[in-house]
Amino acid sequence: MAGKIKKIAGPAVIVEDLAGAKMNDIVRVGKEQLVGEIIRLDGKECFVQVYEDTNGLMVGEDVITTNLPLAVELGPGMLNGVFDGIQRPLDKIREASGDFIARGVNVKSLSRTQKWAFTPTAKVGDKVLGGSSIGSVPEFSFVHKILVPPNISGTIKSIKGAGEYTIDEVMAVLEDGTELRMYHNWAVRRPRPVAKKLDPNLPFLTGMRILDVLCPLTAGGTAAIPGPFGAGKTVTQQSVAKYGNADVVVYVGCGERGNEMTDVLVEFPELEDPKTGKPLMERTLLLANTSNMPVAAREASLYCGITLAEYFRDQGYAVSMMADSTSRWAEALREIASRLQEMPAEEGYPPYLASRLSAFYERAGRVTTLAGETGSVSVIGAVSPAGGDFSEPVTQATLRITGAFWALDASLSRARHFPAINWAQSYSLFNRILEPWYRENIAKDYPEKRTALINLLQKEAALQEVVQLVGPDALADNERLSLEVGRIVREDFLQQNGYDKVDASCSMQKAYGMINMMLELYKAGEQMLAKGGAITDFLDDAATIEKVGRARFVPEDEFPAYQAEYMKMLETSFRAKA
Amino acid sequence: MSLLTKEYTEVEYVSGPLLFLKSAADLPYGAIVDITDGVNRIRGGQVIEVSDEYTVLQVFEETSGLDLAKTKVSLVEDIARLGVSKEMIGRRFNGIGKPIDGLPPVVAEKRLPINGSAINPVSREKPEEFIQTGISSIDVNISLVRGQKLPIFSASGLPHNELALQIARQAKVLGEGEGFAVVFAAMGITQREASQFVSGFEQTGALARSVLFLNQADDPTVERLLTPRMALTAAEYLAFEHGYHVLVILTDLTNYCEALREIGGAREEIPGRRGYPGYMYTDLASLYERAGVIHGKPGSVTQIPILSMPGDDITHPIPDLTGYITEGQIYVARNLDSAGIYPPINVQPSLSRLMNNGIGKGKTRVDHKEVADQLFASYARGMDLRRLVAITGEDALTDNDKKYLRFADGFEKTFINQGQANRSIEDSLNIAWALLSEFPRSELKRIRKEYIDTNYGKQKLSELVTA
Repeated sequence: MAGKIKKIAGPAVIVEDLAGAKMNDIVRVGKEQLVGEIIRLDGKECFVQVYEDTNGLMVGEDVITTNLPLAVELGPGMLNGVFDGIQRPLDKIREASGDFIARGVNVKSLSRTQKWAFTPTAKVGDKVLGGSSIGSVPEFSFVHKILVPPNISGTIKSIKGAGEYTIDEVMAVLEDGTELRMYHNWAVRRPRPVAKKLDPNLPFLTGMRILDVLCPLTAGGTAAIPGPFGAGKTVTQQSVAKYGNADVVVYVGCGERGNEMTDVLVEFPELEDPKTGKPLMERTLLLANTSNMPVAAREASLYCGITLAEYFRDQGYAVSMMADSTSRWAEALREIASRLQEMPAEEGYPPYLASRLSAFYERAGRVTTLAGETGSVSVIGAVSPAGGDFSEPVTQATLRITGAFWALDASLSRARHFPAINWAQSYSLFNRILEPWYRENIAKDYPEKRTALINLLQKEAALQEVVQLVGPDALADNERLSLEVGRIVREDFLQQNGYDKVDASCSMQKAYGMINMMLELYKAGEQMLAKGGAITDFLDDAATIEKVGRARFVPEDEFPAYQAEYMKMLETSFRAKA
Repeated sequence: MSLLTKEYTEVEYVSGPLLFLKSAADLPYGAIVDITDGVNRIRGGQVIEVSDEYTVLQVFEETSGLDLAKTKVSLVEDIARLGVSKEMIGRRFNGIGKPIDGLPPVVAEKRLPINGSAINPVSREKPEEFIQTGISSIDVNISLVRGQKLPIFSASGLPHNELALQIARQAKVLGEGEGFAVVFAAMGITQREASQFVSGFEQTGALARSVLFLNQADDPTVERLLTPRMALTAAEYLAFEHGYHVLVILTDLTNYCEALREIGGAREEIPGRRGYPGYMYTDLASLYERAGVIHGKPGSVTQIPILSMPGDDITHPIPDLTGYITEGQIYVARNLDSAGIYPPINVQPSLSRLMNNGIGKGKTRVDHKEVADQLFASYARGMDLRRLVAITGEDALTDNDKKYLRFADGFEKTFINQGQANRSIEDSLNIAWALLSEFPRSELKRIRKEYIDTNYGKQKLSELVTA
C-alpha cells in the first residue's frame, strides 16, 4: 500500500503509513516518481532521502516502495559508460530528457537490446558456487566473465550454447530452478563477499615517480590525496587513472565540476591505453554526480562506485577506484543529517562520519575471490579540506584509515612544481611490506638507494633554510654540492610533466636508473671535492648536469643506453678536473 | 487574481522572515505565495518546509505589520518561475524579476523555473574558445574561455566593480561578431554601487546588450537568494534558446552567502563553519554550475562572480567553497592597489583551470603558454628576491638577480598596470616579450628557442605602451 507524504524539507521527506517499509529500501516519491531511499523508520513514519530535486512536491502525494535496497546492475555494458550517482546512464537520460537532467527519469542501467557474444565455460552437471563464472562475453578488448551471484550456488541443469544474447535472456538454470542471466543486482551498501583478504604486498604502480618511489601504494591499498583548491588533486587522480596498472578504472566524480567531467569525457576516449593501444575509455567507467546534481545521490555515488569496482575484482581483475572528492560525500552526509536534525559532532558532521568512511575504505583490498581468483580494488580518495586546513574532520578521519597519504601543496603548484605533492609531508605505510618485491623485481639494493635519495632531499631542505637567511655563498663546498644535487632531484626526478609524451609516465626500472644517475653524480662530486676540487668546477659542468636533467624525457627503450653513456661521461667530466 | 484562489488564513507564528501557517498542507514545496496583511499590502513569499501540521513560509519583504488574525496567504505559482523573453535585453529588473526601468513588464515567451536543472555532463561541450577581455594580466596569465566560471576574489575597498565593468565592456571572442549579451545580477549592493554599474553600462553603450537584475542593500534579504537564479535563468534562456554568448556577472556573492546564513539562522538550522549553513557548498554549486557550453547549441554561459573576502582571508568559507567549485580565480590584491596599480590583479594566487583549452596556435598565439609560464616563473623569482632585499639590501644581489627585481617592477608597472586601456592579446604578448627581452636569452628557460628567435628584442616597451 502506498504511503503518503507528511512533510517535505529539501531532500528529506517524511512519509506516513508506508506498508512494508524497510531500512534502505528504494521508494518512488510523488506523482513524478522521484527516486528516494528510506533512511530512518520511526513508528508509522519513515524518513526518505530523495535523490532528485523536491521542488513542487506536495504533502499527501503517494510514495510506493520497491521493496529493494539501492542496488546496481552488474553485467556487460558498463565499460565506456557514464552514469549518474545511482548508476543511471547519462546518455540514456539525455535521450529521455534533453540536455538538462529532468526529474523522475526511469532508465535501465544496462542496455536491454544490445547483444553479447556469450561463450559458456561451464556445462550441464557442473557445480557452481557463488562468484564462479559460467561463461564470458567480450567487451571491447576485455573478457567480461559472467558471474553467478555471490549468494547463489547449485548444479547446472541447463546452459545456453555459444551465441549472441541480450542480458535479459536466461543463460543457465540450476537444478533448484534458479535462473541465471548475464547480469545480477547487488545492493550497494553491502560489500560483495570474498573468500579471503590477502596481504597487500604488490605495488600499485602509478607511473608517477614521486608516488611510486617515495610514497607507494599497493594493489588493494588505499590512498588519500588532500589538498586545497588549485593544488592539482583532480589532475593527479586523472594521471593515476591513465597510467596506473589497473585493468579497470572506476572514476567517481562526486560533487565536482561539470566541465571537469567533460574534460574526462573528451580526453579519455582520445587517450591510448598504454597496455592495449585502445582508447583508455574502454577500460573505464565514470560515475558523475556534479556539484549541482542532487545531494542525496552524491552520498550514494561512492557506494555505487565501489560496488562496480568489487564486481570487476570478483572477475579476477585489478581495479582502481578514484573518488573525487570524498569531502563532498561527507558534506552530503552532513546535509542530510542536519535535515534529519541529528545531533552534530565536529564542524556539524554527524558522529558516524569516521565509521562510515572507514567502512567505505575497508572495501578496498587484494583478495581471493569466491571463485578462487585473485583480484584487487585500490581506492584513491581525494579530500578537499576547507581552507586547506588538514586538521578538519574529513581529512583526519581519512588519514586514520588510508595507507598512503599524498599531500598536495598549493605553494608547489604556484611554483609550477608538478605534481604538486609535498614529499616531506606525504607518507606511505606500505614501504616495508613492499621491500621484498622491490629487491626481487627492481634491484637488490633498491631500498637502500631509495633511502639515500630521501636523505639527500632532507639534507637539501635543511640547507635551503640556511640559504634563505645567509645566501648560498656562506655554505661550505660539500654543502653546496648537496644543495645542487638536491635541487636536481627535486626538479628532474620529483617533477614530472604530465603533458610530455615520455615523461608523463615512468616505469620503476627507469626511476631506479634515474636514482642511480643522481646518486652517482653526488658521489662523483664528493670524490672531486675530497681530492681538492672546487664546487665551481661542478657547477660549471653544464653538459653533465643537463644530461641528468634530460633523462626523464628519454623513452624507456633508449634509457639503458642513455644511462650507460652518462656513466661514461661522468668519468671524463668535472670528476677528472680534481 | 481569480476568485477561485484558495486563501490560507491560519497564521500561527511569525519570527524574523518566517511565517508558520496551519492547515496549508496542500501548498507545494518551493511554491511562491502572496501574503496579504490587514491593510491589503501584498508581500511575496516562498514555501520552505511543508508538513501536514504546518507550512513554513519565507517572507520576501520584512514581516513587520503582519498579524496572526488578518494575514492571508494565497498560492501564486507552484514553484518560483521567471517569465523570459529575448526582449529582456536592455532592461532593468529588481531582484525578483519585476521591471524597475519604468517600462511595462516584458511579454514572456516562456515561464521557466528559476532553480534550473543540471546540465547533463554528457551534453556538455569542452569549453575552448578564448575570450579576450582586453586586460593583459587576465588574457595572458589567467585566460578566460567561453563556458567557464571564473570568479574575482576581492575585498572591501578594492576596485573589483571597475574591473567587472571593464570586462563587460571589452570582452569579445577573437574573429567573431556573434550575438553577445551581458546578464548582470547585483545582490545587496549599495545605491552608490548600483548607480556606478548602471551609469557605467549606459556610458559605454553596453546597456543595450545587457539585462540587469538589481537587489540593493536595502531590499529584502530573502530576495537576494532569488536574484542570481533569476539572472541565470535569463542567461540560460538567451544562450541556449536564442544562441547568445552570455557573460553573467554576479556581485557580490558575499552578500548572497550572508543572506543564506541569515535565513539558515531564522530556520534554526544547525550551522556549519563560521555559522554558514552546511549546505552552502551545494547551494553555491547550484549557481556556479549553471555555466557552460552544450553540444550542438550555439550559445554559451560564462560566469564572472565577484566576492569580497572578509578580512582579505582566502580561507574564509565563502572564497574557499567558491574556489572548490569554480574553474580558477582572479585575485585582486590590496598591495598592488595601494601602489596605484590598476587593475590590481596579483597573478600569483590567480588561476584559470581552463586556460590551456583556449590558448595557443589557432586560438591566440603559438607562444602564449610558454610566455605565460615564463612571466609567471620570472615574476615569482622577482617576488622572492624582493623579500630577500628587504632583509639584506640590494647590494647583496648578483647582477642577474637584480634583473629579476627590475623585471618584477616592470611587470607590475607596465604589464599589469594598464588602466582603462583595451589591449589586444597580440599587444599583451608583445608587451610581455618587451619585458622578457631585458633578460639574457639563456634565462628564458620556459620558452623554446624558435619562439625566442622570432620574438626576442623585436619591440621596445616604449613603442608599445604610452607612459
